[in-house]
Amino acid sequence: MQWVWTNFDTIWGLTLAHVGLSVIPIVVGFVLSIPLGYAASRSKVARSVLLTAGGILYTIPSLALFVAIPVIIGGAILDPRNVVIALTIYAVAIMVRTAADAFASVPADVQDSATAIGFSGVQRFFAVDLPLAGPVLLAGIRVVSVSTVSLLSIGAIIGVSNLGSLFTDGFQRNFYTEIWTGLVCILLVALVFDVVLVVIARILMPWNRRSSARSVRAHARRAALS
Amino acid sequence: MNVILAGFGWIFTASHWTTVNLGPGIGQRVAEHLFITLIALVFVVLIAVPLGLFIGHTGKGRTIAIAASNISRALPTLGLLAVLILFLGIGLLPITVVLVLLGIPPLLAGVYSGLESVDRTTIDAARAVGMTELQILLKVEVPLSIALLIGGLRAATLQIIATVAVAATFSGGGLGNYVISGVAQADYAQMMGGAILITALALVVDGLFALVQRFVVPRGVSRGTSRRNTARAGAIPVVATTRTLIKEGQ
Repeated sequence: MQWVWTNFDTIWGLTLAHVGLSVIPIVVGFVLSIPLGYAASRSKVARSVLLTAGGILYTIPSLALFVAIPVIIGGAILDPRNVVIALTIYAVAIMVRTAADAFASVPADVQDSATAIGFSGVQRFFAVDLPLAGPVLLAGIRVVSVSTVSLLSIGAIIGVSNLGSLFTDGFQRNFYTEIWTGLVCILLVALVFDVVLVVIARILMPWNRRSSARSVRAHARRAALS
Repeated sequence: MNVILAGFGWIFTASHWTTVNLGPGIGQRVAEHLFITLIALVFVVLIAVPLGLFIGHTGKGRTIAIAASNISRALPTLGLLAVLILFLGIGLLPITVVLVLLGIPPLLAGVYSGLESVDRTTIDAARAVGMTELQILLKVEVPLSIALLIGGLRAATLQIIATVAVAATFSGGGLGNYVISGVAQADYAQMMGGAILITALALVVDGLFALVQRFVVPRGVSRGTSRRNTARAGAIPVVATTRTLIKEGQ
């Protein structure tokens, strides 16, 4: 414990770096997967193309993707941005499927009624489809959030500073406290992110507090398979 | 792009297949990678399949299984590996322990949600025609959910292959070694070569599982369930299951 207090500044710095590097993939992944998921829910061809592509990208092991990204985008090999891009790719790969399922779960007669009372396509998307898909989207983004926070630590291997650096450093120094500190901090970051997402969802979907619990749990269970 | 070409060049340098930097060559590293994966997979199957069948058939303990899968997703692989390798020493054992821990949740989820996806009326029908619980499990539930079961195995295997690569940071074995040493020595051809090999291995294994999934589904059960389609568990078409059932029950 002594070590934690004396190195508090370092740990705090790494935690902030961890938060900074993992927020971007989660947010960008979510935003990108909305139109992609919507497209996938509208057309069978789009669905099979997007989900297959997502499946293949998600299959690429993280270590390989982290070092392959700079080559594909042409940046420096050890640039932290590579890890952010790789994690965004994973986030989209997981999230597109959830988003497609979320939009597909909006009842067709609700959509038809919206059209019948004069909603334009865009209005219907924002006022009907998106809110109704909300609970499932929330379940998906929670999965993305947890796995992004955890996967980021692998970036430490290729020299990207984050809480994972405590693992590589602690291992080299044969120092358990440092590794445990890293584990606990990562779990805490994941927990805080999860709470933030749930709070945001409560504010955005106030009608959803009760009924969602069940559907979200059911979806979390299914998402556990992805 | 040059680095990709350099990576392929590195792979297709004949001498690298026998030895790399005085260490094991590509052939041996691939074998190591597959060997560790296979050992872990055996334990994963031995633990997760019976447990998943129990949970799926009885519906007991599902909450625990879900919690386990959520925790395993949140736990950083690298940290687990670091702790266990320090604790148990470098070798096959600590890595296998971590791989088994990470491989169990996806397979477990595939097995129990596979069983859950079977239409309840089908199971009731099987019970009504006098099948024992074991017969229901092995002759009705497992065949009808086999695609999801294999899907779980597929997810577990890929998880393990990816983790073996990461484990090279501490243990040095498997294909991850080339990426780690490549980064350490700023030898980007070696790094990229390693990354390409790991990706190829994962994609080939994934493809093989896709084929297996296609062939194991019994006649009469429509397909359309792939690894991540398990997200739609419960949506397994139960068309013609009764026909299958009657055939099985005879």
